Amino acid sequence: MSSGASDMSVHTRPQAAMAARRLVPEDTSAVRFSGVTRHFGSVKAVDGVDLDVRAGEFFAMLGPSGSGKTTCLRLVAGFEQPNAGEISIFDEPVAGSPPFQRAVNTVFQDYALFPHLNILDNVAYGLRIRGMVRSEREKLAREALGLVKLVGFEGRRPSQLSGGQRQRVALARALVNRPKVLLLDEPLGALDLKLREEMQVELKTLQRALGLTFIFVTHDQGEALSMSDRVAVFDAGRIVQVGTPEEIYERPRNRFVAQFVGGSNVLEPAITARLGGQPRLASLRPEAIAVQSVGAAPGDGHVHVDGICIEVQYHGAMRRVIAECASIRLAALVPATQARNLLSGEAVRLSWSPASLHVMEDEK
Amino acid sequence: MTSVALDPPMAREALSRRLSSVLFAKRGLLVTLLLVPPLLWLGVVYVGSLIALLIQSFFSIDEFSGTIVREFTLKTYAELLRPANLDVILRTLAIATFVTFASAVLAFPIAYYAARYARGRTKATFYIAIVMPLWSSYLVKVYAWKLLLAKEGAVAWGADRLGATPMVDALLSMPFVGGPSLSVSYLGQALVFAYLWLPFMILPIQAALERVPASLIEASADLGAAPGQTFRTVTLPLALPGVAAGSIFTFSLTLGDYILPQIIGPSTLLLGQTVYVLQGTAGNIPLAAAFAVVPIIVMGFYLFAAKRLGAFDAF
Repeated sequence: MSSGASDMSVHTRPQAAMAARRLVPEDTSAVRFSGVTRHFGSVKAVDGVDLDVRAGEFFAMLGPSGSGKTTCLRLVAGFEQPNAGEISIFDEPVAGSPPFQRAVNTVFQDYALFPHLNILDNVAYGLRIRGMVRSEREKLAREALGLVKLVGFEGRRPSQLSGGQRQRVALARALVNRPKVLLLDEPLGALDLKLREEMQVELKTLQRALGLTFIFVTHDQGEALSMSDRVAVFDAGRIVQVGTPEEIYERPRNRFVAQFVGGSNVLEPAITARLGGQPRLASLRPEAIAVQSVGAAPGDGHVHVDGICIEVQYHGAMRRVIAECASIRLAALVPATQARNLLSGEAVRLSWSPASLHVMEDEK
Repeated sequence: MTSVALDPPMAREALSRRLSSVLFAKRGLLVTLLLVPPLLWLGVVYVGSLIALLIQSFFSIDEFSGTIVREFTLKTYAELLRPANLDVILRTLAIATFVTFASAVLAFPIAYYAARYARGRTKATFYIAIVMPLWSSYLVKVYAWKLLLAKEGAVAWGADRLGATPMVDALLSMPFVGGPSLSVSYLGQALVFAYLWLPFMILPIQAALERVPASLIEASADLGAAPGQTFRTVTLPLALPGVAAGSIFTFSLTLGDYILPQIIGPSTLLLGQTVYVLQGTAGNIPLAAAFAVVPIIVMGFYLFAAKRLGAFDAF
């Protein structure tokens, strides 16, 4: 089968590769968790997780450290086995099957490149294990290195590469095996901001071109929102919410999601009632709030409160204004032009459209 | 009055602080002060005596008067190639090779367990168990082994009880390695050597294995390698520098030892004993020196070969 080689050269012909890859129907399940629990001693790292990642999806697992997202990834890879529940990869239950028998590959957080092998041998490792002849596997490895723009580095050792380059090698080493699902464990965590942004774009482009299913673990909500088709938000071993970035950002299900994903204002039921809404827990996005001087007429049908500006934080094009209004503290994100002369201690009027108040689940 | 009382300690402190400032400003001076004594020790006592030895090996002995002729000659080295002397060298090399191999085989599983699985208390116990034999007297251990391996010793007794005497007899009847009893055979000698040097093999292998991150083993499995394949393609190559370091100890210690072969093993001499006899009773210092140069050359070749085979590539 010669398509193996042509498939990897997508950097020159992405369309062809996409056509070759998109044979999987859109709604096929790539990875399914049902009631999966994994505990270490008395600690429930993963606690009854249900999940369905669709084929061809860029799926992010987002959560703070210790929320169980990495353990979930390791359960898919086979490094951990669940104590309860079932995991299927493309509708095949994988209970008890070891990592080396699973059609998934991992990009490790520390890259885990083999220090005793050069870059070409690192990338060709999986093919060598499968018994592919040298000429064939080196050809594919070279193509994979082309895919991640690392041509010319074949003979070097991992220790001679920069962090960003190692990360690309790790990516090529996983992709060359053409896994059904690619697992990425905080792959951009160790890179500096500029490199991280570059890699975000590249990862996304690669994923689209190859039509592969990517499961991406991160604690960076910006990264999760900007790259993924869908996001699962983890807290204390459970999935709190699964949805598209828009859903997660605009309609957070509870206090945790509202605060972890983008720092929304959370209004207690009593406050919401006082502000003219239903007595329910609600979230209000900082950018939905307008900041004016006291006495200015608020927008049409807008709710407003007066308060004192406590702090103005500089965020380049935007200013984050923290104000205290009748014992509640609100954060507003406003364009720099509107808050240029604002000083802390000044009286301000905050206003927003009632429609931007998002009602969340009640807390027990 | 008070100022007078305070003066002396103030002055002392000022002096030490001033010294600190000088040393801080002149880093080179501090480095020199710290390095000169050990460098002198290393240079004079270690390298110096080694060079003296090398020089001796290029002298020769006058066969009639038995005095040393202090003229440059390769005659002494030529003597090494006499069948009797060559026999000593080759026999010692064979034993050292076997001992090294046996130590590596014995040490690897222990080091692997200690590095990868043992945690906390178990790990500490392992460390102590590995190092403790080094705390007791070398001679006591060797004599204890002599008794254990003797014809009427514990090993023979145990073999008898287990009905394994024919096996022991079969081993002892093998040419070259066998002998009348384990305590006077090459087999017994190699066994005790391997016992003595085992900690020197375990510790470097353990250190090398501990430097292998668990994620590398996982990455190998992730890329499709079964545990056996991972061991061959990742673990073993990365542990090889440790094996090489350990084998330097076991190999060179066996090449130089002259006490153990006096107590255990056949009456034929090994390299270390030959040096001992030549420089003592025989008074042939040049030949003793030439013999002593042999392990240096052998180790040189050994390290060169190990490097060429990639034993140090993981660094």
